[in-house]
Amino acid sequence: MRLDLLIRISAKIFIPFIMVFAFYVQFHGDYGPGGGFQAGVIFAASIILYTIIFGSKKAQKDFPAIVFHSMIPIGVIIFSGTGLLSVFNGYNFLDYDALSHYPKHGQHIGIIAIEIGVFVTVIGAMVSIFYAFVSRGSK
Amino acid sequence: MAITTIGIIKLRNLFSVVILSTIYSFLMASLLLIFDAVDVALTEAAVGAGISTVLMLSVLHYTKRNEEKPKHSSILAILVCITVGGLLIYGTYGLPAFGAANTPLHTHVSSQYLLRSLPETGVPNVVTSVLASYRGFDTLGEVIVVFTAAIGVISLLRKDQREN
Repeated sequence: MRLDLLIRISAKIFIPFIMVFAFYVQFHGDYGPGGGFQAGVIFAASIILYTIIFGSKKAQKDFPAIVFHSMIPIGVIIFSGTGLLSVFNGYNFLDYDALSHYPKHGQHIGIIAIEIGVFVTVIGAMVSIFYAFVSRGSK
Repeated sequence: MAITTIGIIKLRNLFSVVILSTIYSFLMASLLLIFDAVDVALTEAAVGAGISTVLMLSVLHYTKRNEEKPKHSSILAILVCITVGGLLIYGTYGLPAFGAANTPLHTHVSSQYLLRSLPETGVPNVVTSVLASYRGFDTLGEVIVVFTAAIGVISLLRKDQREN
């Protein structure tokens, strides 16, 4: 494995910031630009950067592929579960007014919940696809 | 952007084509930023310029570096491109002037969203409130599309792995 010191060190500095930025985009989506999809893609990009620099073996040890595989359906479940929760409370599917006594709070909770669902699915999908390509080469 | 597009068409070296399409994506992201579509610009920069480039490069690893010369002439394709492109450009003359305030786009639903979004949902970002709250079902559909795509790619590549 050829590892370039400069690239390795700068990646180590950058990757945490990229991840934090992803979470900022995720949770600040109500107030500024961004949301689950953008945040998920940014987070996935940080993991892909890690994989490129430290090699797929080390990356798959640190971030196991099975985690990302399972993240894909979990996100969909979170999203549709939020929708079903309002159905069980006697409202329409995905009507977040059901989630709190105050409709606005309910909207807030609902939007954050489904954004997390989108976030989880997108990270899972992007990283799994990347891992699928990369692990073919190692065979 | 036009120069990069011509470069993508003309070049036979696939590595340079991938890099040029990255440059194209970055230019596209800056263009979207100028149009104040920050959400789309973020996505374009991350997906178009970042992840898709990496995926393309990892695919290039398994194929040849250079594209082969086409075996048949491309006159018909060029003709179709010019006709469709000409029709589209002709169609743009029917559009209202850029930035005009009295177009159906601004007077029909979007003004309602802009007026009602904050009092109804309490979320200052209208894009988020439309995507997540008013059009929540659409977004659920998008998530399921991503889910299906990922499942498809993984199952395709995994099957190969087992055969080897």
